[in-house]
Amino acid sequence: MAEFEVPVLSIKNLNKQFGKGCLHCQDGESLVKNYCPICGTVYACRDVSFDVFPGEVLGIVGESGSGKSTLMQCLYFDQEVSAGEAYLADYHHGERNLFQESSQQQRYIRNHIMGKVYQNPLMGLKMNFSSIGNIAEKLIAAGSHHVGMMENRGMELLNKVNIPVHRRKEAPKNFSGGMQQRVQIAKALSNRPPLLLLDEVTTGLDLSVQASVLDLIKSLQRELNISIVLVSHDLGVIRMLADRTLVMLEGKVIEQGLTDQILEDPQHQYTQQLVHSLL
Amino acid sequence: METLLEIKNLSKSFDLHNLGKHIRAVSSVDIVIKEGEFVGITGKSGSGKSTILKCIYGTYRIGQGSIWYHSKKFGPINLADATERELLYLRKHEIGYVSQFLNVMPRTTARQLVKQAILEMGENHDVAEKETEKILAHFELDEELWDSYPTTFSGGEKLRLNIARAMVKKPRLLLLDEPTASLDHDSKIRVKLLIEQLMQEGTTMLGIFHDLEFMNHLCNQEYNMQNGIFSHSTSFTNS
Repeated sequence: MAEFEVPVLSIKNLNKQFGKGCLHCQDGESLVKNYCPICGTVYACRDVSFDVFPGEVLGIVGESGSGKSTLMQCLYFDQEVSAGEAYLADYHHGERNLFQESSQQQRYIRNHIMGKVYQNPLMGLKMNFSSIGNIAEKLIAAGSHHVGMMENRGMELLNKVNIPVHRRKEAPKNFSGGMQQRVQIAKALSNRPPLLLLDEVTTGLDLSVQASVLDLIKSLQRELNISIVLVSHDLGVIRMLADRTLVMLEGKVIEQGLTDQILEDPQHQYTQQLVHSLL
Repeated sequence: METLLEIKNLSKSFDLHNLGKHIRAVSSVDIVIKEGEFVGITGKSGSGKSTILKCIYGTYRIGQGSIWYHSKKFGPINLADATERELLYLRKHEIGYVSQFLNVMPRTTARQLVKQAILEMGENHDVAEKETEKILAHFELDEELWDSYPTTFSGGEKLRLNIARAMVKKPRLLLLDEPTASLDHDSKIRVKLLIEQLMQEGTTMLGIFHDLEFMNHLCNQEYNMQNGIFSHSTSFTNS
């Protein structure tokens, strides 16, 4: 049957290795998990392929060290891939491999078509800038010049993520962890990206704060109908937000399916272990 | 009547790697359901009834065999080969599932829950709001509960909300996984009335019920399961 919809993002055979590799590990034979004990190369992402469709939340779950964050860094051009292809429907009609584009073009894509929220707010925010200044920074990068317009947009977004507007001039360093994450989300949304990358956004937050961030993500996704790639090691978060889920282990996607399939009918030994570890 | 669903030689087993076990849940099941029919499956717990429904809904991957569903959108489609996105589309628009357990989003009110189900189908907010109130009232869910969280509801209230959410979409095929198992007699009657109403509106249903008497009057066909296979089936001409 012909596909009835077009993916927003298409990733094909993404590979990322840290280290040069050697004769022993290039065919994957001498690897211990995803590490070569002879030359010290780490194969962080191995042949990862997936599609993200309009308006869906794609969950990526796996233990620490499974390559989830490296994958997200590659998608946002924070890391250069070793090999692979990526296509965005909103960039030249999905006909150009993003990983082959110039760094200037990659910056353009980042500023106009994507938003990312990092696990560590230090990566995503300038802690000494005002909160609204952080949002404006992304807007300026996306080509805005009009101060009044940016101020309005900034206030609208802070309002949306439940940051009191009267605290907009305060720097994120004064904020709690949950508030910092919400400023990051506001910033990531500022250019109205069709694709949002969320990397362990609730990790390290206490339960009630975690709940408010998750509720925010859910409501944003409903209202704005953006596509989200959500990385988490927490199956509870995945269960609540993701329509479909990939399971990663040692840099590889070992299983994928509808989220309820992953939870109720896991196939791979590791996925079963993970699901049975769920409280 | 056209065939809506045809299950051919369905088998499903589970490999539990960590326990070193292989469990066969369902073997060589065949079911044919025509449009507008109500088909019941009975049998002891653990006999594999729910497994069949979960294979249709896609919660379980189909082991062997095929499940042909005549979709409005895709035409005849084998659910065993359907993509994840196709299954998600069918869940949103064509196939509903009600279990005795309410799976809800935390911190989502009854009203939001039902409304979301309608919005998913592409209706606008005003229509969704109206339809939501209509169905909640129809299920005689106390108005005070509409804007509270279902986690605080009684079993019967949860179930009625659950059924309301599934039925409000008027799915072409509704899978009922022991929806009356934990209900008192009055609530059972209420669910039954709704099932009758849906039948009149043309919804096809495949349901699991403990309670033989309860479904006898409704069923067009009845299958009895034992140890993962059908032990016998009965067809009723008049319903």
